[in-house]
Amino acid sequence: MSNFFEKSDLSRKEAESIISDTLQKCDDGELYLENSKSESILLDDNKIKNSSYNSDLGFGFRAISDEVVAYSHSNEISKNSLKQSSENLKSTLKSVKGTYNHEIPKSNKKYYDNINPIEQKSLNEKIKILNDVNDYLRSKGDKVKQVTANFLGEQKSVEIIRSGGETLSDVRPLIRFNVSVMVEKDGRKETGVYGVGGRQSYDSYLKDENWKSVCDEALRIASVNLESKPAPAGEMKVVLGPGWPAILIHEAVGHGLEGDFNRKKTSAFHNLMGQKVASEGVTIIDDGTIDKRRGSLTIDDEGTPTEKTVLIENGILKNFMQDRLNARLMKTRSTGSGRRENYRHIVLPRMRNTMMLSGNQSQEEMIKAVDKGIFAVSFGGGQVDITSGKFVFNCTEAYEIVNGKLGSPIKGATLIGDGPSILKKVSMVGNDMMMDPGIGTCGKAGQGVPVGVAQPSILIDKMTVGGTKL
Amino acid sequence: MVKDQEFLEKKASYCLGLAKKLGATDSSVVVKNSVSETVNFRNKKLDEANRSDDLGISITTYIGKKKSSISSSNLLNDNLNILIEKCVETTKNTPEDEFNSLPDRELLAKEVKDLDLYDDSHIANDQKIDYLKKLEAVASSDKKIINTESSFTQNKSNFVLANSQGFCDGYKTSSFTASSVTVAKDEKSMERDYEYSSKCFLKDLDDAEKLGNLAANQTIRKLSPKKIGSEKITIIFDKRIAKGILSTFAGAISSSAISRGTSFLKDKVNQKIFSDKINVFDKPDMLKGLGSRNFDSEGVKTETLKLVDQGILRHYLIDTYNGKKLNLKSNGRCGGTSNLYFENGNISFKDLLNSNSKSLYITETIGHGSNIVTGDYSVGATGFLVENGEFKYPINEITIAGNFKDMFQNITLANDLEFKYATNSPTMLIEGMVVAGK
Repeated sequence: MSNFFEKSDLSRKEAESIISDTLQKCDDGELYLENSKSESILLDDNKIKNSSYNSDLGFGFRAISDEVVAYSHSNEISKNSLKQSSENLKSTLKSVKGTYNHEIPKSNKKYYDNINPIEQKSLNEKIKILNDVNDYLRSKGDKVKQVTANFLGEQKSVEIIRSGGETLSDVRPLIRFNVSVMVEKDGRKETGVYGVGGRQSYDSYLKDENWKSVCDEALRIASVNLESKPAPAGEMKVVLGPGWPAILIHEAVGHGLEGDFNRKKTSAFHNLMGQKVASEGVTIIDDGTIDKRRGSLTIDDEGTPTEKTVLIENGILKNFMQDRLNARLMKTRSTGSGRRENYRHIVLPRMRNTMMLSGNQSQEEMIKAVDKGIFAVSFGGGQVDITSGKFVFNCTEAYEIVNGKLGSPIKGATLIGDGPSILKKVSMVGNDMMMDPGIGTCGKAGQGVPVGVAQPSILIDKMTVGGTKL
Repeated sequence: MVKDQEFLEKKASYCLGLAKKLGATDSSVVVKNSVSETVNFRNKKLDEANRSDDLGISITTYIGKKKSSISSSNLLNDNLNILIEKCVETTKNTPEDEFNSLPDRELLAKEVKDLDLYDDSHIANDQKIDYLKKLEAVASSDKKIINTESSFTQNKSNFVLANSQGFCDGYKTSSFTASSVTVAKDEKSMERDYEYSSKCFLKDLDDAEKLGNLAANQTIRKLSPKKIGSEKITIIFDKRIAKGILSTFAGAISSSAISRGTSFLKDKVNQKIFSDKINVFDKPDMLKGLGSRNFDSEGVKTETLKLVDQGILRHYLIDTYNGKKLNLKSNGRCGGTSNLYFENGNISFKDLLNSNSKSLYITETIGHGSNIVTGDYSVGATGFLVENGEFKYPINEITIAGNFKDMFQNITLANDLEFKYATNSPTMLIEGMVVAGK
């Protein structure tokens, strides 16, 4: 736990009194304090290329009056700096006449341990594993031309002080281990990337040489791509594998169901509450409570305990994801989805672990049901225009399907679809739901936050595949 | 107020001194301060006001050929002592890399020119509000516009870069940025688009009415889009998208991608990679340039490079580490390009539109579909169908794809270059790409 006032001329009491004085007649607001420590160790081109450590400390002071948000942040936790911020907030809001909402739900549940993953393994141990990764992959044959592997570890302590002095705090560990490998055959180069991570210690992923499975997967993807043919262009049936391909859910519907875009009526979903937006059998939740997952949070960045929010139930749109501001203005409650990248940024409603639940069909049945289409297994990322609802995601491992049988691998291509209608084209839902491996980061308004996705295999009846083969 | 040079230099020299005392054979440090004030408007009302004051320091220590680095936002000496000690300790335990070193002394920048990158004027939040009111009044004047969000940011930054070879320099920069995002709606569709202006000097910023007008018009014309069939077609990239293709090119000639062998342009120096008429410049000393700089992020002097001369690749973008690896001298491109641009082509925008009986004009792409290892390109796109030089109707839910190796050989540029961003391109036409739609 960080003591934010230990080395400051500002005492906790004084801070509380400045906070209460500033927020008195505001509708909401808080002082958010953050202390994060992170490390990155990178092996690249046979060498330890980088070992770096970052320590970041600061506060963000927020005051909300009706719809208007005033925000001020600084790195200096001092009497002067907090007073200056308080003045900034007051001068923005000028006359305020709200009633501060003191209510904030409580929970004793914790979804990760209070650990500092950086200190749980020595630098030398981490360097040894990275060198082992390099040797292991390069021993797999001459075709391996480049290996990059890295560790990213972080411990973030946050404290939220509300008007009246109520204080909420959380200590969040997070790690990531990534491997990227480039292979070359007959002058053709391809890469494969894989990684694992979550809110726990490195040892959970790296003991007993289980990092080998991460290397094997990266190499497998790269090797498959060496044999790939140009991807087809046009509309066709698409089978998505379980796990990572749930980036589809994140882009196609996730962003469009965030509270802010719906309050502002700029989301393609804003007038669809209670309506059918997906095929029967499609249920999608956003869950911040899964033990030690990358997207999980004990409390969100406003202090609200996270929860399992049902977004779409059996095809019907049930809930949006809310932070306190949007919930108040839409006359509903926060779903514990208020997040920020760090103290430099304002809170926005964001996803945590977004999941489509299992149905009862098998992947085999889906592939059999396709005469002409593609089977996409691995994805690199995606993006959405929430207003038009059009979204893309980039597949990094895919195969053609011809007459119900898997054919040759195809080159990476972008798939594009329409968010509000794509889930109505889901004609089969698999029985094999899987979480992603825990390395996803979602970007919105310039802020990146760690998230997770999950889904079973699904069959989509029609989607546009952005290949080059006509 | 942004911290002055003296404060930053004092911190920098404290760190260099301490690193030396603790056993570092060399070290470098960057100290930065950036103060921004932003006002956001939504539907003609104040939505958010945000002030940020960011301090940051990053230190790299070397012991012979060993290297490690730390960064922090906490500049109190107590904290710096702990961090530098940790950094030197980590350096000792990090394996050697023969290519690690500070830049060659003779390459360091000696004179720092005044490139007119700092405007002392201050625009108070009330004045920002006036600007945004004018902007949104224009942006929302058409009833098809159902939501407007606009923003005005003033940023003042200062930095000092110092190293143990005695280099110590830095300077202030400023930027003033206004943007407008509008949403339009009709019976069939809802669409979003934007316009934006960013300048070093307040007085150079586009006026509010112009920005609001452009944003609204660009959004309204996207309403009721159609999806077209899949075919081979000529693509015309709007300037704001064409510059992204130039950025991908810059990524592919960075010395790190070249030395690691992960670029489709490896070993292509002195070879023809673009069509004959294409010239690419990176010019660091443009007055008031959004990418202008006196030296790169290692302190190495920067000069104008003609990266591509009549289609032939002449230079990679080289930093110290990767330069040593490739046996090349740094050309001051640690941290990337400065003001990067395609030289103007020799036909007008209008003639470019007219050059094919049918083409697709692309105004927005989504997705991360550029692969610099293979050169493959595949992205989601939005735009217009152009027939005989006329914009016929808006198009969306399509993808466009190709491979940069072929695309670069088939580029034709218009003569409408503007310096709106740090990386700029005239309107760009590329023949023979594949669109996937219905």
